[in-house]
Amino acid sequence: MQLFPCPFCGARDEREFHFMGEAGKTRPDTQQPVSDADWAAYLYDQRNDKGRVREVWMHLPCREVFGMQRDSVTMQVLGTTAFRKAGA
Amino acid sequence: MSKRYSALSLLREGLHGHRGWAPAWRTPDPKPRYDVIVIGGGGHGLATAYYLAKNHGLKNVAVLEKGWLGGGNTGRNTTVIRSNYYYPASTDLYDLSVRLYETLSRQLNFNIMFSQRGMLVLAHSEPEMELAARQVNAMQLNGADAELLSADEVRKRAPLLNFAPDARYPIHGATWQGRAGTARHDAVAWGLARAADRLGVDIIQNCEVTDVITEAGRAVGVATTKGEIRADRIGAAVAGHSSVLANLAGYSLPIQSYALQAFVTEPLKPVIDTVAFSPACGTYFSQSDKGGLVIGGGLDRVPSYGQRGNMPMQEAVLGGLCEMAPMLAKVKLLRHWAGIVDVTPDSSPIIGPSGVDGLYVNCGWGTGGFKAIPAGGYLFAHLLATGQHHEISRLFDKGRFTTGHLIDEGAASGIAH
Ligand SMILES: Cc1cc2nc3c(=O)[nH]c(=O)nc-3n(C[C@H](O)[C@H](O)[C@H](O)COP(=O)(O)OP(=O)(O)OC[C@H]3O[C@@H](n4cnc5c(N)ncnc54)[C@H](O)[C@@H]3O)c2cc1C
Ligand SMILES: [Zn+2]
Repeated sequence: MQLFPCPFCGARDEREFHFMGEAGKTRPDTQQPVSDADWAAYLYDQRNDKGRVREVWMHLPCREVFGMQRDSVTMQVLGTTAFRKAGA
Repeated sequence: MSKRYSALSLLREGLHGHRGWAPAWRTPDPKPRYDVIVIGGGGHGLATAYYLAKNHGLKNVAVLEKGWLGGGNTGRNTTVIRSNYYYPASTDLYDLSVRLYETLSRQLNFNIMFSQRGMLVLAHSEPEMELAARQVNAMQLNGADAELLSADEVRKRAPLLNFAPDARYPIHGATWQGRAGTARHDAVAWGLARAADRLGVDIIQNCEVTDVITEAGRAVGVATTKGEIRADRIGAAVAGHSSVLANLAGYSLPIQSYALQAFVTEPLKPVIDTVAFSPACGTYFSQSDKGGLVIGGGLDRVPSYGQRGNMPMQEAVLGGLCEMAPMLAKVKLLRHWAGIVDVTPDSSPIIGPSGVDGLYVNCGWGTGGFKAIPAGGYLFAHLLATGQHHEISRLFDKGRFTTGHLIDEGAASGIAH
């Protein structure tokens, strides 16, 4: 069983976590017209890198959404980034 | 060149100490250019090369494989072949594949051991029985064989399943596809390789594509660990590594790579002569000719390129097996492994232009592309030879993600991916 670090709860069983998607995607500005192709790319396309990845994860029990850096080959966790501002 | 295989050649070789067998395919050095290069020597790449030569007369073709033939998912899968999908587009694709499999041993002069032993998909409640009836109706309307079985009929076919009255998931019935079955995975790769080679295709192993060469926005060749190779058209069938190639060549794909695990037990006396799948338990299994149970389930939930599985899914799948057939609880595992599968948002494959001119993709088969090897190769060869979609592959173009015409088989194919 692998342990993933939740910025709020600390190290927890991997089964408690949900993969939400790749980090770093920018949602198209929907105030402006967005082409179908751009919208589809935003919704569906992934870099799906082999090696270092930055992803968005949720810790289900506390609903914390955070960034996780991993190696997608060795499965090692390289670090996490809390999206929540301290004290918020 | 390897000779035709027959009962007679086997007898002759048997009498001469089996010293006369020739290698089943050549090991050529790559030529500087080909009409078509196929990247990936799994089932789909090999079938594509075979049909390019056989159906389209294109023989100046190379298959480039970074490791050994079938060393990817084609040699790692649980070999279930079926066409029990929900949408007409899927039936057209997967049933074409079952039909091609039915004659493949003869076509290839290589016994792929396709055993149409049928498949049960169990229903564990009254609502599940209603959905099973809907599934059977859809399959019949789409032209695939399907039957709805009662609990008694399931018991006759697979008495080892859990019919206890207090079972966590009591069996109410099942959908049955009699033409489904299993085949020998290595034989599919080897038989296709041998037949393609005999038609003149160069099969080049230990040759990794490290870059795609483009000129004026068009793919004109590849850089490999065996040097530069040029081609008029390039087809990529690299499964779990589809995104790696896409990032090299500069197109994008709606694909995420995950590990999918499988398990084989010690050999047993025959206990089941069909494929059984319980969506509720998240487990399916069949018994190989050697007697080992071949067991599979759902994806690991953490995106991965590491060809090994994680513990939670092992527990879930094996726990599911004990629930499905409690008498198997004490059977020992012999081997366990994982492959990296290419999962799309709608669990349907992608066949079509990549976005870079001259380069085409066959990918996104995810957890279920072994069954589709002959059809995937047949349709991809059509695309590479003519530059146009076959009627059946058109709907599986990447463009469906832009138009919104998804073929959402996630639910219909049963396993939660
Ligand atoms: C555990 C498990 C169980 C499964 N069970 C079933 C099942 O029961 N039924 C079913 O229908 N499907 C099943 N599947 C899915 C099925 O195995 C795959 O969809 C299918 O084998 C894909 O075939 P392919 O030829 O596209 O890919 P692969 O067989 O993976 O071939 C791709 C090849 O490309 C090569 N390659 C990658 N990158 C490069 C490069 N840069 N240069 C050169 N070569 C490269 C790889 O080495 C590999 O050999 C299962 C998969 C797994 C992992
Ligand atoms: Zn938490």
